[in-house]
Amino acid sequence: MFFIKIINDWPVARLDNMSGNNNADGPQDSQTVVPGENLGQSNEFEAGHGIMIRNDNLVATKNGKIKINGKTVSIEPIHSTYIPRPSDLVIGYVEGCTNNIWFIDIGAPFNAILPMSLGPSKASFGSTRQVIDIGEAILCRVQEVEETHSSVVTMKGMGLRKIRSGSIDDVDPHLIIQLLENNQEHLKNMKEDSDCRIITADNGRIWIDGEVEGIITVRNSLNSLSNNSRLLEQGGVA
Amino acid sequence: MGGYGDIEMIDENGLRMDGRTATDVRPITIETGVVPVADGSCRMTWGTNDVIVAVYGPMEAHPRKIQRQDRAVLDVRYNMAPFSTTDRIRPGFNRRSREISKVTSDALESVVLLEMYPRSKIRVEIEVICAEAGTRCVGLTAASVALAHAGIPMSDLVVSVASGKINDIVVCDLNKEEDNYGEADLPMGILPNSGEIVFLQMDGDLSQEEFQTAWDYNVAAAYEVHKIMIEALKNGGVN
Repeated sequence: MFFIKIINDWPVARLDNMSGNNNADGPQDSQTVVPGENLGQSNEFEAGHGIMIRNDNLVATKNGKIKINGKTVSIEPIHSTYIPRPSDLVIGYVEGCTNNIWFIDIGAPFNAILPMSLGPSKASFGSTRQVIDIGEAILCRVQEVEETHSSVVTMKGMGLRKIRSGSIDDVDPHLIIQLLENNQEHLKNMKEDSDCRIITADNGRIWIDGEVEGIITVRNSLNSLSNNSRLLEQGGVA
Repeated sequence: MGGYGDIEMIDENGLRMDGRTATDVRPITIETGVVPVADGSCRMTWGTNDVIVAVYGPMEAHPRKIQRQDRAVLDVRYNMAPFSTTDRIRPGFNRRSREISKVTSDALESVVLLEMYPRSKIRVEIEVICAEAGTRCVGLTAASVALAHAGIPMSDLVVSVASGKINDIVVCDLNKEEDNYGEADLPMGILPNSGEIVFLQMDGDLSQEEFQTAWDYNVAAAYEVHKIMIEALKNGGVN
């Protein structure tokens, strides 16, 4: 419990008195930050993801951990939403269809569209639902993203297909990067422990195919990864 | 603002009915991640006030007519549970909750970087479980913590504190009796890093000097509450 005692030295609503968390030493790697936190002068650094520059100072705009890569300072957030980029491999669920278009939920703020011309070759006008029905999952790739974040996905490409077996699990998209870092060490361990085929998509969805026991092992491992990621002081990623 | 000025709410030593001095703020606890299915959430207790906030999104804005081509829209809903006060509150929106939803949304719009998510919607649900006094301040403060927890980009956190006048003395953070029988109330929303004011309302009458004192009390208290918010966001909760 905090019981606040205010002393006589009143700060007032002015810039010089209100900057409560200035960081004079500049940003430190793995430092936990909150939105609005001043990370020091921007002279030698460039603002990356989750950082903005205000009055020549680096200011955090997200809650997470700082990552410094060369001159670029960015924030690995504790929670992220998938924003599609061209050539991302994604797992999507069919939410609806017309005679020649499927609408795909790819976990982004907006549904993507899969035109018949970019879908499976056996699809013909009017038979979209016979080829991929509503609720079914597909492995596809983002072909194009408009300025307004609407996107087009394609199933033309190596390995892109309808998912017919196994299980699909969700994690935050930034955790996929953690799974793949250090030469996919974490992912390889999970594959060896479970004897399952695991395909990670950039939108945070993971396709696990194999025996039921193996799928359960992988899902437990992913759950603990997700839970730890939000506990900043207990070894989480952000 | 009942205006019952003859009820003694502060004694000759400057102590209020609950033992606080004029500048003391009620005890505060913040816990993040209380709603697992939400993208971000927070539970904040401020004295006897108890507020839960859940944030969902960014998501596609529905109906389409509310979409903005250049930025996201904030859909803030403030609601008091029927059991949150001694008098049962009729469930659903009323004039007061609409007003508080609007001012909370306006205050948050000044810090959330909405232009990063065009045509989207960010849903903020503020649910008051137990109300004492100053629930709009608690709701706004908790909403900014929940938005930060959801990973929504923001230029600053918003801290909201209210000061008021009881028995012609300006005090910080009014409790229920002081709110009901006091003479004035001045809730403010402050950006602690830039010092900007994003929300200001006044109920009752304050002289220029009293207004300045209430303003100073609010800013000083906001600075302290901000430290608790940072602690909660960095450690998952402050108890």
